[in-house]
Amino acid sequence: MADEKDREEIIVAEFHKKIKEAFEVFDHESNNTVDVREIGTIIRSLGCCPTEGELHDLIAEVEEEEPTGYIRFEKFLPVMTEILLERKYRPIPEDVLLRAFEVLDSAKRGFLTKEELIKYMTEEGEPFSQEEMEEMLSAAIDPESNSINYKDYITMMVIDEN
Amino acid sequence: MGCSSSSTKTRRSETSLRAALIIQNWYRGYKARLKARQHYALTIFQSIEYADEQGQMQLSTFFSFMLENYTHIHKEELELRNQSLESEQDLRDRWDYVDSIDVPDSYNGPRLQFPLTCTDIDLLLEAFKEQQDLHGKLDDLFLIFYKNGLPSERNPYVFNGDFVDRGKNSIEILMILCVSFLVYPNDLHLNRGNHEDFMMNLRYGFTKEILCKYKLHGKRILQILEELYAWLPIGTVVDNEILVIHGGISETTDLNLLHRVERNKMKSVLIPPAETNRDHDTDSKHNKVGVTFNAHGRIKTNGSPTEHLTKHEWEQVVTIFSASNYYEEGSNRGAYIKLCSGTTPRFFQYQVTKATCFQPLRQRVDTMENSAIKILRERVISRKSDLTRAFQLQDHRKSGKLSVSQWAFCMENILGLNLPWRSLSSNLVNIDQNGNVEYMSSFQNIRIEKPVQEAHSTLVETLYRYRSDLEIIFNAIDTDHSGLISMEEFRAMWKLFSSHYNVLIDDSQVNKLANIMDLNKDGSIDFNEFLKAFYVVHRYEDLMKPDVTNLG
Repeated sequence: MADEKDREEIIVAEFHKKIKEAFEVFDHESNNTVDVREIGTIIRSLGCCPTEGELHDLIAEVEEEEPTGYIRFEKFLPVMTEILLERKYRPIPEDVLLRAFEVLDSAKRGFLTKEELIKYMTEEGEPFSQEEMEEMLSAAIDPESNSINYKDYITMMVIDEN
Repeated sequence: MGCSSSSTKTRRSETSLRAALIIQNWYRGYKARLKARQHYALTIFQSIEYADEQGQMQLSTFFSFMLENYTHIHKEELELRNQSLESEQDLRDRWDYVDSIDVPDSYNGPRLQFPLTCTDIDLLLEAFKEQQDLHGKLDDLFLIFYKNGLPSERNPYVFNGDFVDRGKNSIEILMILCVSFLVYPNDLHLNRGNHEDFMMNLRYGFTKEILCKYKLHGKRILQILEELYAWLPIGTVVDNEILVIHGGISETTDLNLLHRVERNKMKSVLIPPAETNRDHDTDSKHNKVGVTFNAHGRIKTNGSPTEHLTKHEWEQVVTIFSASNYYEEGSNRGAYIKLCSGTTPRFFQYQVTKATCFQPLRQRVDTMENSAIKILRERVISRKSDLTRAFQLQDHRKSGKLSVSQWAFCMENILGLNLPWRSLSSNLVNIDQNGNVEYMSSFQNIRIEKPVQEAHSTLVETLYRYRSDLEIIFNAIDTDHSGLISMEEFRAMWKLFSSHYNVLIDDSQVNKLANIMDLNKDGSIDFNEFLKAFYVVHRYEDLMKPDVTNLG
């Protein structure tokens, strides 16, 4: 019993250190606060994948009563620790991602045209901003065919991350 | 048909909505992780720069220590160029020297006509536009002039220091600024930054640039630059309301003192000023002002001429960081401030290097990250012995493995760098399936080239680690600029160095090494050759990462 409690304490302590590291990298004034617009990046850099909606709710949880535009570490730490402990917002497995592309590719051609991709990404779900769309297109679209071969794209991105 | 098709339709649009959501969510995660990697790389650069600044403080105190303790060499020989005011004879000598320089007819670069006019500024700009150097700050300068116009009576500029070092076109920039200053002395203002300093130039590249570009007259130019630097003002006051100063101020800065200080007596941030007047009070304060310079430009707005800032005034201090791509291509944007009377200051960001602007984010991050990790590995290898000892102390079971936590603890303590070690661990070491670190893999991708086989690893490591400090010290000792120092000077300097820096290397080892390095066997050491012999070799595979941009 005692051993298990010790182990959990060690895990929590490690999480705390990890969270602190990720937070400090964005703490530009070294005063234990980060700009609220960086919270999404920090949470995702720790391996979690909340949707924009979920992120919105999380921010509400860690914000001050009167939002200042900054998030304090003391408020962020417990919320983030719990997310890690409960393994919430798990990243999307490769095969699920592939299936998502296949769903959009109703004709089962193995690719999506640039226009189709733009349409889906900017009109459905949690739409991309113009900047996000351009960023994705720059690496995903083959300029000759003006389309994205999504299987190859996914493979490349996965290698990239590892 | 109508009902079922609409429900199929809604189902299909639901699934496509969910599919789009999945892709968007995944992409945003990917992008966030890229951004985080970019920030980690920046943190590495900043940490190392900060550590270097601390190292410079240490070097500076070493110089004082050396001056007090150097008894083997005649004190006159060790004159660290601390001459005070220029005599009339010196001035005449300088003009004679300039007249004696022969510019061949074959020279087709810009020729300035004195007295200088704005035509000469244009001449220089046209000539230098050819230098499309991606790393130099010359591009930054061109962009600023392009966006804001050339300096003139109607268009005053303040350049807040650090015009030279790090880039490859420092002298071109300095020339443009100096010529502009001579043409518009009341409208172009230059502040001294911590890099307008001959010691810093030794370390950060400007000295090399000058000696490369001016093979005959380089050394003389460097001497003149030393004087020029000392006369640059420390700060500029705009309309009695705004103080622009490189490095900014701290809560304890005495602003009246800044006003009174005799700036031309401060040759270098690293050398305490000469005590030519017996005013001990001013002298001790000189030191304090001397070491508060650091790498960022600051602007301070103040309503009242108080000695120290009140809390309210302190809140108006603004920091801007001017050079784009400071650490590496694509690393950051630069900025400048436009001041108009009666309105609030306006801030502008910019970034040069068209090439990197159009690169996808992933490539820019890769470049920065590789650069940062490379530099970090060089630090790690230079402390291999100390790190290995620390690792082994923690490794009670002698398994060759430590927890990430233990590894991070050792790295932080020995290297003295406050970095996100856990997040960086995958880039720096091998981690097994249980999440444990094989600590010796910290050293696997890099090694220090041994100049001679007989040299002991610890010695090689130490000399590699301090090579830039040693370069500065040797240059300072080498008063006749011959590039050589005697064995006696070397041994004496080393004794002081090792005691001051707490380096536990046997004197005999160093002597042996020096003897081997004495290639001419004439009792003197070519210290540039000596130091060049210590360099690192990165493993080839690591430098060539697959570059996949678009799918084909």
